Amino acid sequence: MTIKRYMKNFFRYKYLLVELVKKYIKLKYRRSYLGILWTLIEPLLTMMVLTLVFGTFFGNDDPQYPVYILCGRLLYSFFSSASKAGLKSISSNASMIKKVYVPKYIYVISAILSNFVTFLISLIVLVGVGAVLKVKVTPYMIQAIIPMIILFVLTLGVGLILATLNVFFRDIEYIWSVATLLIMYASAIFYQTDRVINTGNGWVFNINPVYMCISNFRDAILYGSPMNMSYCLTSAVVAVVMLIIGAILFCRKQDKFILYV
Amino acid sequence: MKKDVAVSVNNVGMRFNLSQERVDNLKEFVIKFLRKDLKFNEFWALKDIDFEIKKGERLGVLGLNGSGKSTLLKVVSGVLKPSAGSVETRGVVAPLLELGAGFSPEYTGRENIYLYGAVLGYTKEFLDERFDEIVDFSGLGEFIEVPLKNYSSGMKARLGFSIATVVEPDILILDEVLSVGDKKFRKKSENKILSMFDEGVTVMFVSHSLEQVLRLCNQAIILDSGRLVAKGPVEKVARIYKNMTE
Repeated sequence: MTIKRYMKNFFRYKYLLVELVKKYIKLKYRRSYLGILWTLIEPLLTMMVLTLVFGTFFGNDDPQYPVYILCGRLLYSFFSSASKAGLKSISSNASMIKKVYVPKYIYVISAILSNFVTFLISLIVLVGVGAVLKVKVTPYMIQAIIPMIILFVLTLGVGLILATLNVFFRDIEYIWSVATLLIMYASAIFYQTDRVINTGNGWVFNINPVYMCISNFRDAILYGSPMNMSYCLTSAVVAVVMLIIGAILFCRKQDKFILYV
Repeated sequence: MKKDVAVSVNNVGMRFNLSQERVDNLKEFVIKFLRKDLKFNEFWALKDIDFEIKKGERLGVLGLNGSGKSTLLKVVSGVLKPSAGSVETRGVVAPLLELGAGFSPEYTGRENIYLYGAVLGYTKEFLDERFDEIVDFSGLGEFIEVPLKNYSSGMKARLGFSIATVVEPDILILDEVLSVGDKKFRKKSENKILSMFDEGVTVMFVSHSLEQVLRLCNQAIILDSGRLVAKGPVEKVARIYKNMTE
């Protein structure tokens, strides 16, 4: 009965979700000459910088190295920017929460969904760069969708947890920006994993669901090989657990938000 | 809930935490938690509020400043979740409070109609269908294509009112009589609300003006320091209120 009511409420506000995602994307690039093109240019430029630094200076001569970097960078920056947007979604909509009734999870979902949409658009860069550097097209490429979905679920769960905590403790924002930095360095975005594994620190990859998604994404796109099933399962389990924890925490605390924001 | 009841407020209580120092960072929380120094200064803005509004009734909520009127409206419209008790409503609720909450200043009037409409829970099809009616009623004309940040506050209020009243609500929640825009628009908005009255809408109306409540309502309640002190037909309650305030 309650689940039915939740669903009914969700469908009632489905259109609001669409409008909020549109608003986020529209306003993000308003007043810039290149507009939405920045979703493509920005990852392309960072890829070039990273290739220059880690490819040329550190002597990595794999011709497809830019694709390696781009895969990691696109997925990581979705995770990082979406989780940060989710974190702020409740506190930054405080004035609205105090005035009108809207299911509050709509704010978190729309923040993360809009980042997911820009992420999907930015995949065009990957297609372009892949074509130029002659990445082999294989049927395994379709599998890339699985780590993407897992990463989305993971980010949603993390976003719900962070949004709730941030209402009560504003420190979370600063803690999380350091934490994402740590996750970035532990996700093998611009270095090969064997260097780390050779030093005996390979365990960091086995506890990092973001890396697992990136690795599976690379297997599908760059190497044309089947996914690492253990990574796939582990990251999926972590993602679902995070989503459950996030949903429960959020539901329990959401009625108190208005007294704290 | 009985069939002929539109709003049912069951033993509602609303508690606020009035601690003077707000603990909103982790360090303070941990220190104070360890010292057992977390102060919770409880305050019940509403306590044991229990009443029903039957379909088609117009209920006036009377009370002095700080008696909990606005809190009660927020609870009934769903913005606040009561700390105790429950509120049930039947049908479409249109709270004409805080008009334009959710407007984006960067958006044009047109874009804001869709955005604010969505905030109020309308569908896209409904807004497409009623778009011209909203623009007409707001009297904004060609300004509808201008970003909202260039609007005067009266224009914003007119747009907000036009969007919020385009639905045919079953329950209308009003805080004071709406004094929106210039004299001409005020007349127009009052007529709109009165025409809704004629269609038999259920109304919950908050005011400290006895005269307005007597004019518009047929039932009334009085709140005093968050407690319900009287309920019944408006004339009877009005007499009690008169004695209270004099």
